[in-house]
Amino acid sequence: MSVDAATVRRIAHLARIAVSEDEVPHLQGELNAMLAFVEQLSEVNVEGVEPMTSVAPMQMKKRQDVVDDGGIADDIVANAPAAEGHFFLVPKVVE
Amino acid sequence: MTDLTSLTLAEARKGLADKTFTSLELTDAHLSAIEKARLLNAFVMETPDQARAMAREADGKIAKGDAGPLAGIPLGIKDLFATKGVRTTACSKILGNFVPTYESTVTSQLWRDGAVMLGKLNNDEFAMGSANETSCFGPVGNPWRREGSNTTLVPGGSSGGSASAVAALLCMGATATDTGGSIRQPAAFTATVGIKPTYGRCSRWGIVAFASSLDQAGPIARSVRDSAMLLRSMAGHDPKDTTSVDIAVPDYEAAIGKSVKGMKIGIPKEYRLDGMPAEIEKLWSEGAAWLKAAGAELVEVSLPHTKYALPAYYIVAPAEASSNLARYDGVRYGLRGQGKTITELYENTRAEGFGAEVRRRVMIGTYVLSAGYYDAYYLRAQKVRTLIKRDFEDCFERGVDAILTPATPSAAFGIGEKGGADPVEMYLNDVFTVTVNMAGLPGIAVPSGKDSQGLPLGLQLIGRPFEEETLFSLGEVIEQAAGRFTPARWW
Repeated sequence: MSVDAATVRRIAHLARIAVSEDEVPHLQGELNAMLAFVEQLSEVNVEGVEPMTSVAPMQMKKRQDVVDDGGIADDIVANAPAAEGHFFLVPKVVE
Repeated sequence: MTDLTSLTLAEARKGLADKTFTSLELTDAHLSAIEKARLLNAFVMETPDQARAMAREADGKIAKGDAGPLAGIPLGIKDLFATKGVRTTACSKILGNFVPTYESTVTSQLWRDGAVMLGKLNNDEFAMGSANETSCFGPVGNPWRREGSNTTLVPGGSSGGSASAVAALLCMGATATDTGGSIRQPAAFTATVGIKPTYGRCSRWGIVAFASSLDQAGPIARSVRDSAMLLRSMAGHDPKDTTSVDIAVPDYEAAIGKSVKGMKIGIPKEYRLDGMPAEIEKLWSEGAAWLKAAGAELVEVSLPHTKYALPAYYIVAPAEASSNLARYDGVRYGLRGQGKTITELYENTRAEGFGAEVRRRVMIGTYVLSAGYYDAYYLRAQKVRTLIKRDFEDCFERGVDAILTPATPSAAFGIGEKGGADPVEMYLNDVFTVTVNMAGLPGIAVPSGKDSQGLPLGLQLIGRPFEEETLFSLGEVIEQAAGRFTPARWW
């Protein structure tokens, strides 16, 4: 399988990465090189094989249903590029 | 007094306990070595004030007799580990000037045991790379050069700063992380020891995530014993990481010097690649002979799905990365691009903040997870992963204690020499190490010799889950036979 220019633009948008028109051919080439490389997986017989979900056979641990954190709003916004009080600032989302 | 930076961690521990020198003296010796080695670009942030404060505290505890196992030992920390109050960037522009308000579990355990932080170490951006060339702080120099050559070589990656700093005697040991070979490949390129423990052995909490089902932390050090000492402090159960395993951490150092008599060592025929340098073949046979001489038994084994590990990795790892890196949106922390709408803000932030390699992997990951392609790529890769793991299980079930392979398919190469035209060329560096991450197993790289150009080469030992001790015992046999290697200073 390989990707065309339209697919590159669609993936870029899905990944929320701005891509200029002149970058598309280059990215298309790189993505297709990677897809060509992984193509060899199609020759493996995976009939009846379970997909891996965890490398170690272990039961998923569950946390206790208790409040054990919080009250750290200052910490949460400490690295925000734009904040006002305990709020993150973003461009207007709702008209 | 001999140069304090040339001591191993074990020797320094003894010197500190015997009061031959103080942690402050030891720390100052390293800080001055770091200052003189800026050409290597191994450190992206030096923290001398903090280092001296931690050293004084350690000296106080040593004097009082309540010193932890790493009291006063100066270490470097890969910039992927969140360090409270100290800038943490994953060497990506997108994290900008991020200063964590918390400490990663692994580093907090090192400080609990008395270690001293010298600073933060360079790495490939988000640990995506095999040469430390994708860092937003620029490439790292390998302290090793080809004989008679002035060409600067890469230290490997992604833990290139860790490997370079340890090899150049800038720190006594370093933290590192390994998703496809990022501890073991740079260790092999710099004649240092690097161990990636079993998945779940170290907590991933507070480590910048790349591919969560593959990422593991581990140490890079100058001897097998030193790496065992560091892993003991780094490992352990952490309720904050649900994949961390609740098994007691053994005293890994006790495994050093233990007899390997009667151990069964598998030699996998699939690791004999076409076009592999004869020197690596030779080193591999030598390593096998050393283990045999120590009483181990060699058996040929087969891991038939080996060749599919790297392509499966290049689906699974980017898929997980695309999901993990979705958090970098320019809103909560790090770099923020301009945008009139929120979508524009996201897209411009991520275009400006991610380097070429990261962007490529996020895009391929997005593609293989997208509607209509999930089954063909991601699901198939996870099935292949089951088969890769089964290969190892079959081998261990037949009584094999550990598997011996070369660590890398070549020695270190020059900056800018690989991957320029085709990214896959760079990916092939991890061909021997990536299988281990796919199966969640422990693997150690031990320096084993040099090639004809005088560059270090390493061997890898792969163990059963949670049997790191076996790797330390076997690794020690290789270290005793091969000796230790120190680069000549040129920086």
